Amino acid sequence: MTSPSLMAHKTGPTVQRRDVLRRAWYNFSRNRLSVVGLVIVLLVVLLAVIGPYIAPYPGHAKAFVDFRNSNQRPSVRHWFGTDYIGRDILSRILFALRSALLMGVLVLAIAVPVGVVSGVVAGYLRGSLAEMVIMRVTDIFLAIPAMVLALAIASVLAPNLRNAMLAVTVMWWPWYTRLVYGLASSLRNEYFVRAAELTGASAGHIMFREILPNCLAPIMTKITLDMAWVIMIGASLSFVGLGEQPPIPSLGNMVSDGAKYMPDQWWMTVFPAIAIMLIVLPFNLLGDGIRDLFAMGEER
Amino acid sequence: MLSYLGKRLVGAVFVLAGLSVVIFLIARVVPGDPVRMALGPQAPQAVVEDLRKQLHLDKPLHVQYYYWVSGAVRGDFGISLMTNRPVTADLKEYLPATLELVLFASILHGLFGLILGIVAAAYSDSWLDNFVRVFAYIGVTTPGFVFAVLFMLIFGYWWHLLPVIGRIGYGVTVPPTITGMMTVDSLLTGNLPAFADALKHLILPSVALSMGAMSQEARITRSSMVENLNKDYIYMSVAQGIPRRIIMRKYLLKPSLIPTVTVFGLGCASTMAGAFLVELIFNWPGFARYGITGMLMKDLNVISATVLVVALCFVVVNIIVDLVVAYLDPRIRLQ
Amino acid sequence: MATAEPLLDVRDLRVSFRVFRGTLSVLDGVTLAVRPGERVGLIGETGCGKTTTLRAIMRILPREARVGGGQVLFAGRDVLSMNAGDLSAFRRKGASLVFQDPTAALNPVFTVGQLLDEVIKYSQGRAMPAKERRAVAAAALRDVALPDPARILNSYPFQLSGGMRQRVCIAMAIGVNRELILADEPGTSLDVTIQDQILRLISDLVAKRNVAVVLVTHSLGVVRETTDRVYVMYAGSIVESAPVKELFRAPLHPYTVALLECIPKLSGERISQGIPGSMPDYLHPPRGCRYQPRCPRAEEGCAAGRPPMREVAPGHSVACYRVAAQGGEDR
Repeated sequence: MTSPSLMAHKTGPTVQRRDVLRRAWYNFSRNRLSVVGLVIVLLVVLLAVIGPYIAPYPGHAKAFVDFRNSNQRPSVRHWFGTDYIGRDILSRILFALRSALLMGVLVLAIAVPVGVVSGVVAGYLRGSLAEMVIMRVTDIFLAIPAMVLALAIASVLAPNLRNAMLAVTVMWWPWYTRLVYGLASSLRNEYFVRAAELTGASAGHIMFREILPNCLAPIMTKITLDMAWVIMIGASLSFVGLGEQPPIPSLGNMVSDGAKYMPDQWWMTVFPAIAIMLIVLPFNLLGDGIRDLFAMGEER
Repeated sequence: MLSYLGKRLVGAVFVLAGLSVVIFLIARVVPGDPVRMALGPQAPQAVVEDLRKQLHLDKPLHVQYYYWVSGAVRGDFGISLMTNRPVTADLKEYLPATLELVLFASILHGLFGLILGIVAAAYSDSWLDNFVRVFAYIGVTTPGFVFAVLFMLIFGYWWHLLPVIGRIGYGVTVPPTITGMMTVDSLLTGNLPAFADALKHLILPSVALSMGAMSQEARITRSSMVENLNKDYIYMSVAQGIPRRIIMRKYLLKPSLIPTVTVFGLGCASTMAGAFLVELIFNWPGFARYGITGMLMKDLNVISATVLVVALCFVVVNIIVDLVVAYLDPRIRLQ
Repeated sequence: MATAEPLLDVRDLRVSFRVFRGTLSVLDGVTLAVRPGERVGLIGETGCGKTTTLRAIMRILPREARVGGGQVLFAGRDVLSMNAGDLSAFRRKGASLVFQDPTAALNPVFTVGQLLDEVIKYSQGRAMPAKERRAVAAAALRDVALPDPARILNSYPFQLSGGMRQRVCIAMAIGVNRELILADEPGTSLDVTIQDQILRLISDLVAKRNVAVVLVTHSLGVVRETTDRVYVMYAGSIVESAPVKELFRAPLHPYTVALLECIPKLSGERISQGIPGSMPDYLHPPRGCRYQPRCPRAEEGCAAGRPPMREVAPGHSVACYRVAAQGGEDR
């Protein structure tokens, strides 16, 4: 399979950059859902950044008790209602967005480079000891559902957001190793790699200057889709209490707290649940758009 | 085919051995003293030391690993500090309930994921396709525990359609334990009211568990069918005058199913992982709830046994998936 | 003057593709006819629309293609407006296509026997029992000179060599009786000696069975030896047609002249040594005659409008203002 990005990479950087960008946008925007995804992603990020400043009751994201206002239905004063000790659900959701997104960003910021580097190395140095070790370790981690091992790791550490991130990161890099390994081991036989070898380029140059740029399209797609996955797993960890600890709000712990008051105080559960769906959805839409973008042939 | 299976089995043993090291290490990096934590701060030092010795925690790391792994191979995972019983006995009791749930959920997502994907591909770009697309997007973007909580609220509390707690209702004669799976046992003993009740209890948790995998399978089935529809070998069949329904059912479906089977394997994994939360929500007395409770109580023997059992399940699932893929794809089978 | 009613009569066929940059008018009025039993060659550079023409005739164009006009008459009936049942009958008994790339054209997860059996089942009628179908399949493989049919019937395509796959494809197209075979550069992906064998195999088979054939190929030698009449295609339309001997002796269209001059090499895009310039852009095709920008004999008038096909000698037509103006005295 020749990767479309290969052509993009080999085209002179300045010659047709505008045309490439225009075509990229055309391909991307043909799928209206992915444009919607992009818009919502930007909105969610914006909300996470300014959330604490626009939250109607910023003080409610901490240890705060106001029993007179507890268990309030959604109203003009409290759009999403209040919880069992009188905290404004909307304000807490706005604060929780931050840690949810932060989880995705930080986990991937560590897992992606580790996975990508080990994947390129294993893929380019096929048959070497390095490949053997890297890929066998990867097999071991991929043999078990990521969430189960992440739960186990997080549970033996102190329960907090940092350790939850650590646990998920440990489980996440092998997926990138396997992805990039597959790409790199097919690219290493391409002519431009052979040519670089003949001119005496170092292994490092070939791996990171020749092979890696041509793996970027699938990596980008996976990163976008994985933002959704990591946020979901983060929410799952905090749902069982292995993430952000009360009184700090997280979407997962809000759902689990609220679930105790179902069905009468349904808003305590429903709104955080919808918030999870709403931040996960646009990353999926966007990821599909990016995939289509790279999957399109030159002429389509 | 046999040598292919052999290779898979050898790989599986290797993976399990590697995992046992990983699991062992996880259980030993726990900060603080697990024995002290289990016994509480009031326990006298001598008792703590005794238990430590009993658990071989006073030995060097590799000796501890040897004790642990040789026990695990014999099916002995030690004593659960949470239940004060051998972990193996607990597993025997709780595992069937989880297997029942996960198997039922996997049948659901495999079957309906496939049907939805085929329908979407057969009527691609129609309203049906769009419906499946929206459904699948909701499915992949909602964690299982969110479905569980919402289903519980809507179908359990608001509409009173289905029970939301446990495996069987009060007042129903519980079938004797044969396989440990309520639905199967009640059928085996011909206890139809118990079967109906157990099935009702099974529906909400299993549907909540299966939604994500179902959506992924529908999506991959649709996209691989639509992609293959543009392949020359399909045009070749069309140009030969073979009826469309036969092309769709046979010549398009078989090659398109290969990626679906792989995704089905991943779907089973995510279903099992989801059970750790969903069982907690529906109070399903299964192995996953036992495992997550053990995790939350830092019960190390339970944690390592749980992870190892899940890994064992997935090694088996992956071998089955590989065999089905090999059956569908002669290029793999005959290499 | 046609000696018999044409079996296949393609009239002014127009096909366009919608792509990122706009609409490509790939077939711009293709007109060609094939009489029963006639062997017709279709030649032209890569990308001139030969494959699209054949696929449009079979009605197996990809989604992004649109038929913009014209007719494909097979035995007097328009294939383009047939209902599903008639279309299926046309494909089963009327015409069949030998694909260019045999590897892509064979379903990878079925055995040759399964693939061939399905074709036989639907082209012979359902009455034939399985055992008999298998005998027919084995015979079809023997006809395309494949040794050990029993083994090949049980093989998957990936277990066969490229040449064997191509023969299997031919067996699927010719093994059952049809009136017209459309062969799309058979063997192009194979090495030259095997390609030659394949082309000869096809011409032998069609001669033996008295089947009409449209042979698309880059091998002008094969065209010269095995066909009765030749159509020359350039950028989406036919520019010249003539009996094979006359075409090779006295080509009239400047493009044909140039094409015949580079006989030793005629494949791929590296044609520029032979004919200066390259195929026009289908998005913005040149005005008037599409060959005019590359044509050594072009005049101002050539860009004014499309030159129509004119019969300049019995059975010899050409679409060129310059030739039409000078008539036969050109040579």
